[in-house]
Formats: sequence, structure tokens, C-alpha cells
Amino acid sequence: MTGWQAIDRFLRTDPRDVGCDEAMAVLHVYVDLVAGEGTDVAGRRYPGVAAHLAACGPCTEDFHGLLEAVTRTGQTE
Amino acid sequence: MVPVDPGTALDAESAQWLRVLGADGAEYDEGLARLHRELLRIARNEANRRAARHRIAGPELDDLAHQAAADALLAITRKLGQFRGESRFTTWAYAFVVFEVSAKLGRHFWRDPGVRLDAQEWDRLPDRFGVEPDREADRRAMVDAVREAVDSQLTDRQRQVFVALVVDGVPLDALAVRMDTSRGAIYKVLFDARRKIRAALVANGHLDDDSVEPR
Repeated sequence: MTGWQAIDRFLRTDPRDVGCDEAMAVLHVYVDLVAGEGTDVAGRRYPGVAAHLAACGPCTEDFHGLLEAVTRTGQTE
Repeated sequence: MVPVDPGTALDAESAQWLRVLGADGAEYDEGLARLHRELLRIARNEANRRAARHRIAGPELDDLAHQAAADALLAITRKLGQFRGESRFTTWAYAFVVFEVSAKLGRHFWRDPGVRLDAQEWDRLPDRFGVEPDREADRRAMVDAVREAVDSQLTDRQRQVFVALVVDGVPLDALAVRMDTSRGAIYKVLFDARRKIRAALVANGHLDDDSVEPR
């Protein structure tokens, strides 16, 4: 990927993106869905959250942290 | 607000947590202590996972984890009535401590006296988007085009946010702390800035309207 392609990808916005507040308000639901049924199912059920996580670094960091917390605990097994 | 499926019947573990946290006396105290241990374990794991990027380690990192666990426990007990069974109880509870670790690391960023707001390190922009150091013409073209769009298209607040986050590499949570606002508010400002800058780069022929290929 060239620099222009990289900056183009960064600058593109997704109208489905729900923003940080709404995404974080349902992150626990989304994470349980990812842990139990997979990323594709979660993304189809909550496309606005998936669009947000694709663009927001801090929320993606929280997503990974919470997913790791629940999978390490083994609660979804 | 994102609509969520209404909670179905609680799983046994979640029901047990709610029962204990709704009890009195020793049962409640023991449940609270157990929840705190769980939160502290999650906080330590999460703080350690992120530590390298935030230049924090040792007792300071452990102290941050303890504070995050304590603050999360307080928030959970205050908001227990808001848990609607849409997820497992522990997933709902762990989210509080993950958010606390994020917020505290954001505040920690400014404890480094070497960092400052509005450093305007425009020459580093190409590095952030992977332009090779030996492609001087491409690097200069990118800086000039983006800077022109920033200066001509953005409001003062959008410019300040874009420069801090994208040009100077300030973490978004740290910027939210410095600007005394929320992550979501900063993200919205950046969202609008991204859209305006891209439109300007398309209008000036630097990017195609529907393609990622430069003209």
C-alpha cells in the first residue's frame, strides 16, 4: 500500500459508524457475540459498531482488551 | 442509540453474581471482595498488555491497575440496576475496568514532560502513512496537500484535533483529557475533519473520488 492509499483509507468515513459513545455502550453485548458466535455474526448484527471499530483505535483497543478478558476467563466455553 | 436484543434468561453465573451483590452482610462482603479480585486481575492484564505503548511499568503500573479496579468496582455497584442481562454479567462488569484502564493511561500520557500539544510535526506525517524516506517528492507532496486542506477547510477546533492526533501522534484518550472532553466528542471532531480533508484532496486531484489509487 502506498502512502496515498494509506491516507485515503484513513480519511474515508463510513456513514454507518455509530461513534464512540454508542459503540462503548453496547461493547459488552458485542464482545459476548464475538466470543460466542464470531466476528462475522457480530458485525452483521451490529454493523454500526463494526464500522466504528474499523476506524477508531482507542475503541478497538478496548474491544480487544475486553475480548481477551472474557476469553481468558473461559466464560464463553 | 444502538438497539440491542433484550436479555433472555440469565445464565447461572450471572444470576449468582446478581444474587450475591443483592445480598446483605457477610455474603455481600464476600461477593464484593471476589468481584474486586476479578477486576484487579483484569486490570493488571489489561495494563500490562498496553504498558509498552504508554511507557509505564513496575509499581506505577500496578498502582494504576489498583485504581482502575477500585473505580470500576464503585461504578459497577452504583450501576448494578442498569444491568439488563444483554450479556454475561462478568462481560458487562469487565467493560468498566477496561474503560478505567484506558482513561487512566490517557491521563498518564501527560506526565511525560517531553510531550506537548500542538508540536506541529508535519515532517513526520509521511512516516505515519508509510511513505518511504527516500521518496522525498511524494513526502513533500503529501505534507503540502494535507496541510493546505487542514488550513483551508477545517475549523480551529478540527485543526487542533487533527494536528494533535494525526500529525503529532497524541493518543486520542490523552487529547480528550487535555481538552477536558470525552473520547466520543474528539472522535466526532476527527470524523468530520477526515471527511472534509478527503473532499479537498479529491477536489484538488490528489485522490480519486471512488478509488484508493492516487491520480
